[in-house]
Amino acid sequence: MATITATEAGTAPPPARRRRSKLRLRNTLIGWSFILPNFIGFGVLTLVPIVILFYMAFTNWNVFGKADFVGLANFTRLMGDGSFRTSVVNTLYYSVMHIPLTIVVSLGLALLLNNKLRGVAFFRTAAFFPYITSIVAIAVVWNLLFSPEYGPINEFLKFIGIQNPPGWLTSPEWAMPAVVIVSTWRDMGYYMILFLAGLQTVPRELHEAARMDGANTWQRFTNVTLPSLRPTMFFVTVMLTINSFKIFDLILVMTDGGPGQSTLVMSQFIYRKGFEESQFGYASAAAVVLFFMCIIVTIIQFLWNKRGNK
Amino acid sequence: MTEQLEKDAADRLVSDFTPPTAAVRSLRKLADGKDPKRGPDGEKLTPGRRIARILMYIALIIFAIGLLTPFVWMVLSSFKSANEVFSVPIKWLPETWVWQNYIDIWTQSNMLVWIRNTLFLAVVVTFLQVLTGSFAAYGFARMRFRGRDILFLLYVGTIAVPWQSYMIPQFIMLSNFKVSNTLWSIILLQAFGAFGVFLMKQFYETIPEELSEAARLDGLSEYAIWRRIMLPLSVPALASLTLLTFVATWNDYLGPLIYLRNPDLWTIQLGLKGFVSNLFDTNYALLFAGLTISVIPIAIIFLLGQKYFVEGIATSGLKG
Repeated sequence: MATITATEAGTAPPPARRRRSKLRLRNTLIGWSFILPNFIGFGVLTLVPIVILFYMAFTNWNVFGKADFVGLANFTRLMGDGSFRTSVVNTLYYSVMHIPLTIVVSLGLALLLNNKLRGVAFFRTAAFFPYITSIVAIAVVWNLLFSPEYGPINEFLKFIGIQNPPGWLTSPEWAMPAVVIVSTWRDMGYYMILFLAGLQTVPRELHEAARMDGANTWQRFTNVTLPSLRPTMFFVTVMLTINSFKIFDLILVMTDGGPGQSTLVMSQFIYRKGFEESQFGYASAAAVVLFFMCIIVTIIQFLWNKRGNK
Repeated sequence: MTEQLEKDAADRLVSDFTPPTAAVRSLRKLADGKDPKRGPDGEKLTPGRRIARILMYIALIIFAIGLLTPFVWMVLSSFKSANEVFSVPIKWLPETWVWQNYIDIWTQSNMLVWIRNTLFLAVVVTFLQVLTGSFAAYGFARMRFRGRDILFLLYVGTIAVPWQSYMIPQFIMLSNFKVSNTLWSIILLQAFGAFGVFLMKQFYETIPEELSEAARLDGLSEYAIWRRIMLPLSVPALASLTLLTFVATWNDYLGPLIYLRNPDLWTIQLGLKGFVSNLFDTNYALLFAGLTISVIPIAIIFLLGQKYFVEGIATSGLKG
């Protein structure tokens, strides 16, 4: 009750107003007391580091903790750094493969599991399983599955008649596609759940009406299902993009950026410069670039979504 | 005026950043095991339809093979002898079942220490995340006060900020606090995420406001309302948050990699990774036994709490 009267304060006579502003203060204090235990942790461990990041990026902060302001020097150095450029290109290459592939596979899986088939409940569970499996287990198992000489995958490819199967993680051309395959395998169950939820909201009547009008399955998919999935599709794309830009742990344990620099991604560049070479200032500049890439692409997607909603 | 604007902005951000509510509701039904809307509809199976069904089953089987083969292979390999893992052509079943692998991994590695550390971290992190998360969520969902919406906007905004971009300043800060290379660093890192606040707030907002209003008229304080009304009503969301946080902490690799240099502090993920890279001639059969041991608790937790996993993902659209 109190909360409502408190916010309506304004034209009331002075004594009541004083009581109200007191109430308001009390409410504010109670509200903050609820949030504070979490906010102290969140603020100190997330917000403060983000602020420090923007300071560090303009310094030559190194392992001795000595930091001189160097202006844009880190950023100009980044521009000329071949490894950094490679990491940006690789991150984008990964994203361009991973995002559409994951959408197609998880949407396909969701469409399939949206049917009344035997064993569907089991598959819904099974599809989710890779997602909750640890990255180390995934990396070790897939590394061996992909092994050019002993791996079941290449043995299978030879079996179906492919003479020179790819070297996967040992080949600069195929290492990234292999990582994409594994990450898609890992993520598809998660996005499948989101799509499945979206599919359940598509009104059945729309499908019936389209069928009456003589639309075939494909036409019904493109004209009824896809438009109804719009909100879900937007959400999935945003999350997928951010998650692709920050890809790190899978690459770290599967390829460690190699062979050569063929799977070096931005997060790993930051990690190497920061934690292996102790060039904290320089690494922070790269982190600022990653930060803005994620923010900007999210904003673009929001604007795009809004425009489409009109 | 500005407060209203802030609130609108926060609402819009939140609604864009979460799966649509209609979808969430239908997912609940899915999670309960009831198949919504598709009843026995008595449609006749025409030949075309029958073929379509057969094709769908084939697709399903191919998916299942692709999905589960790595797991099957991992478990089967954990019973092989060291050389047999790499036999060409591949033998799927072990020639003799080497149960010894499961004993050797305990004696040849620090498995017990790793599991103890991981369990400690997972339990403490989960406890703190659920406690502070649900507490703060009450403030966001039920209290009205100055600064609330801008604060929540900050929480939501960090979803688009990858941890990798601020891990360095965070590390330097925690090193200055002298907590790096202790288990506390991981607890601090994981326990106060925006995620828990987010998930719980979404759930609290589905609980009718009248309940807390009635309690307020009865003279209950806000803290009592949280503890005696909201908490008992939000058991499903608490379960989701507990499971997701526990699994995320158990599986975390990057945090421990950066913060835990001392082998006595290693978690199971770091330990097993170290097992791969330290010994040049890794015994892979042994390693697979270790991996299987590390995956099994999560698999059991997942199977028992499957419903809550799905719900948690549906309400928040995020992972822990």
